[in-house]
Formats: sequence, C-alpha cells, structure tokens
Amino acid sequence: MDNRALFGMYFPGNSLIHRLDPRLKMVACFWFVVLVFFAHGWASNLLLIVLLLAVIRLSRVVFAKYWAGVRGLMGVILFTALIQALFSSGGTVYWQWGIMAVTSAGLVQAVLLMLRFFLIITGSTVITVTTTPLELADAIAALLKPLKVLHLPVNQLAMMLSIALRFVPTIMNEVTMIMNAQRARGVDFNSGSLLKRAKHLVPVLIPLFVAAFKRAEELAVAMEARGYDPNQPRTKYRQLHWQRRDSLALAVLVFVTLAFIGLRIWE
Amino acid sequence: MISVEKLTFTYPHQEAALFEDLSLTIPDHQWVAIVGRNGSGKSTLARLIAGLLPTPAGTITVNGLPVDEDHLAALHQQLGFVFQNPDNQFVGATVADDVAFGLENRRVAPQKMPTIIERALAQVRMTPFKAARPEELSGGQKQRVALAGALALKPAVLILDEATSMLDPQGRGEVLSQLASLRQQGELTIISITHDPAEVALADQVIVLDQGQVRRQDSPERVLTDVALVEAVGLVQPFALRLKAALQAQGVAVPATITTEGELVQWLNQQLNTRG
Repeated sequence: MDNRALFGMYFPGNSLIHRLDPRLKMVACFWFVVLVFFAHGWASNLLLIVLLLAVIRLSRVVFAKYWAGVRGLMGVILFTALIQALFSSGGTVYWQWGIMAVTSAGLVQAVLLMLRFFLIITGSTVITVTTTPLELADAIAALLKPLKVLHLPVNQLAMMLSIALRFVPTIMNEVTMIMNAQRARGVDFNSGSLLKRAKHLVPVLIPLFVAAFKRAEELAVAMEARGYDPNQPRTKYRQLHWQRRDSLALAVLVFVTLAFIGLRIWE
Repeated sequence: MISVEKLTFTYPHQEAALFEDLSLTIPDHQWVAIVGRNGSGKSTLARLIAGLLPTPAGTITVNGLPVDEDHLAALHQQLGFVFQNPDNQFVGATVADDVAFGLENRRVAPQKMPTIIERALAQVRMTPFKAARPEELSGGQKQRVALAGALALKPAVLILDEATSMLDPQGRGEVLSQLASLRQQGELTIISITHDPAEVALADQVIVLDQGQVRRQDSPERVLTDVALVEAVGLVQPFALRLKAALQAQGVAVPATITTEGELVQWLNQQLNTRG
C-alpha cells in the first residue's frame, strides 16, 4: 500500500499550493475555518468562496477530488440543513405543522449552514490533497513546538506520529497476510450476519496485536541501539524551509482578512 | 578489542543461568562469527556486549570501555547493530530519513547530514533508493539500509544479529557481499551471529557457543571441517565442503587448502582442463 495515499486523498503535483510550507498551509486552513464561522452576510461569504476557488484553481487538482471530500459527508450536511430549515423561526412563515415551520429566516440559515459546511470541508481538503502525510507530520511537529513551554513531551509526540505513519503500510500488509492465513483455514469473512462477521475478525485482531507488540519491542531495542534517548535533544534531518512564496501567501491571507473585517463592518 | 570476563547472566524470571563464568576475547579488525544452537545464548551475548540488557555480573569491555549504565552513550558511539527483522528496525519514513535517524540522535548538524548519508548509502550501493519508502524495498535492501544507518555513525564494531536469516538467497548474497567488502577496508570489527554456513565461512574466526560456554574458538576452515562439532551445534556444512568430502570419499584428492565454493570451482575446472 502506498503510504502517500494514506487517506486516499493526496494528489501528487507540483503546483504553488503543493509547494507551500505545510506549516503555513495548516495555519491558513485553521484561520480559514475561523473566518467561515465569522461570516454572516452574503458579501463576506462571497469573499471566502472566491478565495477558496482561487486556491483550488492554483492547486491544479481535479475538482472531482474536492467533490469526493464533500460527497462523503453529504448525508450529514443535508440532514443538519433540514433540521435548521424546519425548526427555525423568524421572517415570513411559508408552512407550519406542529412545532415544525418553514420560514424565510430558517431557509436563509439553512443555506448559510450548508455553505459553511462546504467551505470548511473543501478548505481542509485542499491540505490533504496537496500535502503528503509525511509533510503533515512535520508540520504538526513544528507547530506543537511552542507547547514545550507547558512541559508537553512534544518531541516524543512527533516521534510517535512519524513512527505510526511509517508503520501503517507494514501493518496493513500484515492484516492482509493474517486474513489470507485464516482464509486458508476456512474462515469466511464475507458472509453471515454482522455479528458473525465481527466475530470472524477476532482471529485476525489477536495475532495482529501480538505481532504489533513484538514489533514495538524490537523497534524499541533497535532505536536504543542507534542511540535514541527520548529525554535528550535531537537534531532534525528533514528541515522545513520558509520561502518567499510562503511570505507572499501569508501576506495574501492577511490582506483577505482585512478585507473580510471591512466587509463585516459594512454589512 | 572486546573482552568478556567471568560473565554470569540470568534472565529475570528464570532459574538457570544462561552464562556462568564465560570468558572470551574478540580481536580488533576481525570478522568473528558466533554460532551455536538456538538457546545457546548467541543473541544474548551480542545484546550484553551492546549494553541492551541489564548489566550482568562480570566485566565486558569494548575497546577499553566498560559496558554499564554510565557508559552507554559512549558505548553506542562505538557500536553499530543490525537486527534480524528488516522491518522492525526501519525507523525513518524514507531510506535517507532512516539513515539520518542515528545522526539525529547524535545531534549531528543538519547541514552535515546529506554528505554523510550519501556516503553511507554509496557504501552499501543503495544511493538510487535514497527517497524510497520502506514498503518499496525488498528485505535485502532494507538490511542494507540498516547497515548504512550503522555505518553512517562510523562505528568501530558492527554487530549483526542473524541479520541475513529472514532474507531470500539473493538478499542474503547482497548483504554478505557488502560485509565482505567492508571487511576488505579493514577498519571494522564485525561480530556476526548466524546459522548460515556461508556466512561462517567468510569470517576470520568462529566462536562456537554451547550451553553458555565457548566450546571452540578457531578458524572457520577448522570448525566447518569438524563434522562432529558442526553437527553438535546444529550447523550445516557449506556446500563446497560437503562436495569436497564427497569427492574425497570417491578417491579424488582435493587439496586441503580449498574451502570455498569459488576455489573448488576453479580447482575442478583446472583438473578437468588438464585431463581433457
């Protein structure tokens, strides 16, 4: 299994968005979500839509990739919007039945809510399609660093994250191997009731856990033999380099934020 | 030089001592193979030398450094260790990251790392795979990366704990030829724990462990030709030696100096040519 396709999301490319510093991308994405929550009027929302479309265009990733992100959550989005539309009050009442009512204000709220969902999901999809899990892990490790002040074991957390990522394909291979071994002994994973199928996973999970513990132990010894000491500072081979394009992107983000604040005041 | 004196070691929760008053020395710049049956304590001995187990009774010194809690960091500067399972010692996300792991632990400046990594990968001929992820590599390639990871730290002693036992014949050949060329450079002391007669034949010396004691420390030729000993410790004679014995039994006078497959092939060719 390809580690880069860990979440089935990464879309290899070399666009401007791909090359941006992953730390910047994460912070910008977080900031974008904050702005989405503060956008109430049409103008401020429109600004965010334009920003997102521009970023999508710059990422040169096929639109279907982004749509796939939204589609998975479509049920939740529609359900939430429906609740919002049926149970809000205010404005002209179009239809009423018991405590349910469709009102103009409710409809506006429902549409805004859906828009908010779309923006947040697509905004975060930009990161996952343009950034490899490895880069994300580096970015998380870098962004966690300030928490050292609170005596959080930041370096250990970063090491755990990177080892977890490293072993995903290995463990996946192991799952396939164990399932094949159990199939050879006559276990049928694809039929029977839900309960029966769940029971059939037990002879997969137990050897998997046993093997994982054995791996962990061997890995720990190997790491120690190579001089790893969790309590000592380490240098880092993989460095993130802040480029001019990152400063530029940051400037754009600041500019958009200022425009956003302006629009909010005007609205 | 590695010296073990009056080593006594018992695993926690076990009654019988694995080693009692074990003493041996491993000279510098030699390739020493340690053989013995399963449970004879070969791996344990390697781990004790590397300080990866609780400090035992007796003294172990590596190039003058005593192996104990206080000297672990300095000790790990001296030693490189390659383990059996290729997957469970691959820490980095890519080949280069994995080689860098030991350098990071030793706080080597990041600017200096690329050159060191390049050199280490070139030594094991893995340069083209620098950016490869572990799941793209074969077992033999992963073991060569592990070797590069150890070599990048310029150890004085390299310990291989059945490093080729999980590999297919091709991977085993790759790793062994890598080791043979490292030995040529003559700066490393290599300790290889093994069941593989081909690996034993490559060594300068063999230590035969049996029931926690050194049963024999001798040249591979003499150990491997001692049929009784070979059988007692669960080794198989290498193909060349078995063929030689079979030829001798048929009355072909194969010179005693011939011990490797290459020499035997050459000698046989010579014989066939001169007769034909």
